[in-house]
Formats: sequence, structure tokens, C-alpha cells
Amino acid sequence: MSTVADCLEYRSGDYHPFQAGGHEFAYVTTSGAIYALTPAASDLLRAVNGDVRSRQSLAEQLVSTGMPALEAEETIDDLIDCRALVPPEEMAREHQPMPEHFPLQSMVMNLTNQCNLSCQYCYEYGEDKVATPEGKPKFMNWEMAQASVDYFFRDSGDRPAIHITFFGGETLMNYPLLKRIVDYAKGKAQAEGRAIDFSLTTNATLLTPDIISFLAENEIGVTVSIDGPPEMNKLRVFANGRPSYDIIAPKIKQLLASHKTRPIAARVTLTAEVTDVVGIFRHLTEMGFSEVGFAPVTSAPNRLHSIGPSKMDSVLAQFQQLAGEYLTHALEGRHHAFSNVSDTITELHEGVNKSHPCGAGLGLVGVGPSGDIAPCHRFVDSDTHKLGHVSTGIDRSRQTDFLSRGHIDNKYDCHTCWARPLCAGGCHHEAYVRYGDTGHANLHYCDWIRGWTETCLQVYGTIAANKPEFLSHFDRRKAS
Amino acid sequence: MKQIRAINKKAGRVSREAEAARADVFALQRGNPTGGTKSASTPHYPVGCSLTFFPGWEVDAAGGTAGLCQPAERDLYDCYATCFWPAQVPDHLNNASDWTAKCAAATKDWRNIDLVFP
Repeated sequence: MSTVADCLEYRSGDYHPFQAGGHEFAYVTTSGAIYALTPAASDLLRAVNGDVRSRQSLAEQLVSTGMPALEAEETIDDLIDCRALVPPEEMAREHQPMPEHFPLQSMVMNLTNQCNLSCQYCYEYGEDKVATPEGKPKFMNWEMAQASVDYFFRDSGDRPAIHITFFGGETLMNYPLLKRIVDYAKGKAQAEGRAIDFSLTTNATLLTPDIISFLAENEIGVTVSIDGPPEMNKLRVFANGRPSYDIIAPKIKQLLASHKTRPIAARVTLTAEVTDVVGIFRHLTEMGFSEVGFAPVTSAPNRLHSIGPSKMDSVLAQFQQLAGEYLTHALEGRHHAFSNVSDTITELHEGVNKSHPCGAGLGLVGVGPSGDIAPCHRFVDSDTHKLGHVSTGIDRSRQTDFLSRGHIDNKYDCHTCWARPLCAGGCHHEAYVRYGDTGHANLHYCDWIRGWTETCLQVYGTIAANKPEFLSHFDRRKAS
Repeated sequence: MKQIRAINKKAGRVSREAEAARADVFALQRGNPTGGTKSASTPHYPVGCSLTFFPGWEVDAAGGTAGLCQPAERDLYDCYATCFWPAQVPDHLNNASDWTAKCAAATKDWRNIDLVFP
């Protein structure tokens, strides 16, 4: 630190300036730290721009605004400390090396690769699928489930709290197994003195009052895949083409009415045909969902359902409209269900600076019916991406290959982007489908991600300036 | 006035770490021993008398400097006769053993305590 402080010349560090709530802020890209700046500090940074400036000239500029000399010196020190000013010769610093052993925190169990719906955009089928399920079991059996849970407990080391997500196919097509796993894993966690919690994703077609009570009693988080009102949910159909909305709507109402122990979330997939974000949001919150999250479909660009750039612009504009509503709610201290904002702000509040876009293959793995371990649920049953098997654990060389491809240091396109602390190049699966390489930056989303991150920074900054106590809500949320 | 304020948790951690690297331990030093200018405006002067004998430090009974005896609070009798710490009062052992002889009750006779010239 002292070598930096003693340096006599400085240039701008790697930071992104933004304004929110009438204040100036800096989002420092090398750390993920966010600072509020006074006009004097902000003007100084703006004046430095791309130049190399002497410490003396920086101090003189501040003093010329009427600032006492000692305070000017302190301000320069502060800007150096937060790396908004750096020595001219400073090179980008690489991330610290990966830890040798990173215990698992979450396991996604694909209880079956079968589904009773045939959603037309599903990544598990169709031309973009990465899974190779031929010759593998379609349903996980009890022995494999038990082996998977045992493996998870072993590989999660001494983590005091761990998490299992149930996934499919359609998860509830293997509900008897789910029940057994919950009982078994809870007993095991209790014996080891650790906390465990569960969640599942479902299309809601198979929900029954008994299942709902089990989920509520065991505090199992539920995410329902639904794309909105009937006309928006039209791609979510049974194999014979029959729409699913009328079947699921009453079951969802029952779920929302009876399951109060965890927030129930809706997960919407946006496609070329379905981009009415605001309309869908209204419908789903009226149904009673406390969290509604949206994500564009993953597909190659030339596919029928793929969303083109102009529709993504419309999606962004609608996201921004809902983010504005979120902000109004937050300033009044009220909850707003648009979880794309709360998820992003949770990460901004923490100040995450990711080496990888998500925990896939690191703290999280997906396990398929065969017991094969994949980086996440999206790669389950794919021979190309298999990382190991629950009986033998993770093949460390395959894991290292996957993680080094996905590491931000190896995504050169990202190195000049200010949104990289959160994005880190984007989803590995999306990258593979688009570019055939899990480590390729998702370049088709760059402008979109920057636009959305800017919006969330403004929401965050405005809350920080005008309703800072609201930020404590994000202390309790887990940064994923 | 602070021109830069940490907003999120990471900024708080960065600021604390920078402060720790810069400030370290000051004891009685003036200015910042590790370079930089941050502490030049806030030299560390422990004021008053210590209750605990700890060479190189002047600390109160709790190990800090907040509870040191301040000049305004100083009881000259205590400093003169009973305090082990060499305060700015005459030496009652060798040179001024009768300094307070004419002062039976301080509230009444304090004017009788005169200056001592060594």
C-alpha cells in the first residue's frame, strides 16, 4: 500500500461512474466496491480521465475548489485506496489462484430426465440439447439417490449449511424418491450437526394437496416454471399439443394458499413469441407469486424461439420499467416481486467480484439419474461435460479444465468491460449452445447486460442515498 | 469532510483494509510512520496522566487513552503525594517535601500553594 501512496503520478483506475438519486458514485471494476463521491471527488476523477497526473496537480485542483490542503491530500489517498486512481504503470492484476479444494455447497438432483410436458423451447430436447441420455436410466432409483446424498455430504466437507435442489425433467414425476431423499438427508444432516435445506423446480402439473403439505411441512422452496397468462404460456404444452395453463392454474393457487413456509417463485422463459414482461409480471403477481424472475431462452441464434436484438431491447425497456417500480416500493420500505432486481442488487450490495459466472462445477454440481456428476443441472446426462460419478467423485482434471475455460482471466473479451464483476462472461451452458465452448464469453448479451447492470446500479445507489436502511434486506439474502 | 464514502460491503472491507495497512500502531508518534499523509492532520497525543505503568505507553486502566487523568481533573494532592507516575508537580521526596504544608484544606487554602523553582 505504501508504494502506491508514495507514487507521484496517477491515472484513472478501472471504475464505472454512475449517478443515482442526485449523487455521484463509482463502481470499481477490479473489486466490485461501490463508493459515493462528493462533487469535488467526482470532478477530480472526471478531470483525470485518460491522463497521467502528478499528485501535486491533483491536490492543487482540489485546493482550488476551496478544500483545505490536508483534506485534499486525504481525498487523494482515499481515491488511491479504492483504486479509482492507480500508478500509471500498474497492470491489470490477475485473480488470486483457485483454492485447491472448494467444498460443495449445493447439489442439483435431476430425479428424472422425463417430462410430462413438451415445452417447445426446452433445452433438454430439440436441436440445441447437450444431453445424451440414450442408454441411461430415465428415473433415479433409491440406491443412486442415497449414493448421491452420501457423496454430497462427503464433498461438502465441513460446510455448516448445505442445499439440495430437485430438478428434472419434471421433478414431481419422481415424487416418492424426493420424499425419501428429504427424510434421509435431513437425518444425515442432523447426525452431523449441519443445516440442510431443499428446493425444487416444477411445472406444477402434478401438484396435489398431499404433495403441497409435504413441501410446506419440510420448508421446501418451490420455483414454478410458468410463462404467464394462457396466451403467453402457449409454448408450455403436453405432448399432444394441449395447453397446460388450465391444468396448472388451480394447482398453483392451491400451492400459494397452502405453502407459506418459503417464498414461492415463478420462473419465466422469454422467447421470440413471449416478451410482454410487464403483462406477465402483473399476471403472476396477481396470482400471488412473491417472486417473479425472467430469463431469455437459451438457443442458437437461428432457432424459431430465439429472441433477436430488437426484442431484447424491448425486454430491457420493460425490465427498466419494473425496476423503476421496484425502486418506488423500496423507497417506501415495501417488497416488490421482480426478483431480477433483487438478485442483482444482492450481488451489488455484497460487492461480488466473480472469477466464474456461477458456482457450476465449483460449489455446485448437478447429478443425473445415472449418478453422473455434471457442472450443473443444464449439463446433466451430457457425456461431453461429465465431471465424474457419485461413486468415485469428481475427476479433478476434468473439473480443472471446465473451471479454467470459464475463468474470467481467460475471457479476454471481458477484460475491458465494467460489468464483469457480476457477469463474468455469462452462463456456461448458454456459451456452449451459442459458441460450442463453455468458456466463451456470451458476447451476444454484452450490451444488454451492461444496460441492466447500469439500471440496477442506479436503483442500488438511489436506495443507498435515500433509504439506506432498506439495504439490510439484502444482508440476509444469499449472494449466489 | 470525507469526500469518498464506502457504500456496499466490499467497499467497507477495502476501506478498512487500506486504513489498517496505513495506520498500524501509532503510540506516541507524530504523523504517519508508514508513509502517506492521511494521519498528518491527526497526530496522536495521549493527554494526561497514566494510571498504569507501561514503559513507552501511556495508557489508562483499560489499556486505552480515553480514561487518562486530564489536567483539568488533576488533583494536585494525589499527583504530589500518592501517584507513582511522575506528573508535573514538585518532588515531595527530596526537594519540596513541605510544598503543601501551608494548605490544610485545598478548597480554602489553595492560594498558599506556591510555585517551586528548582
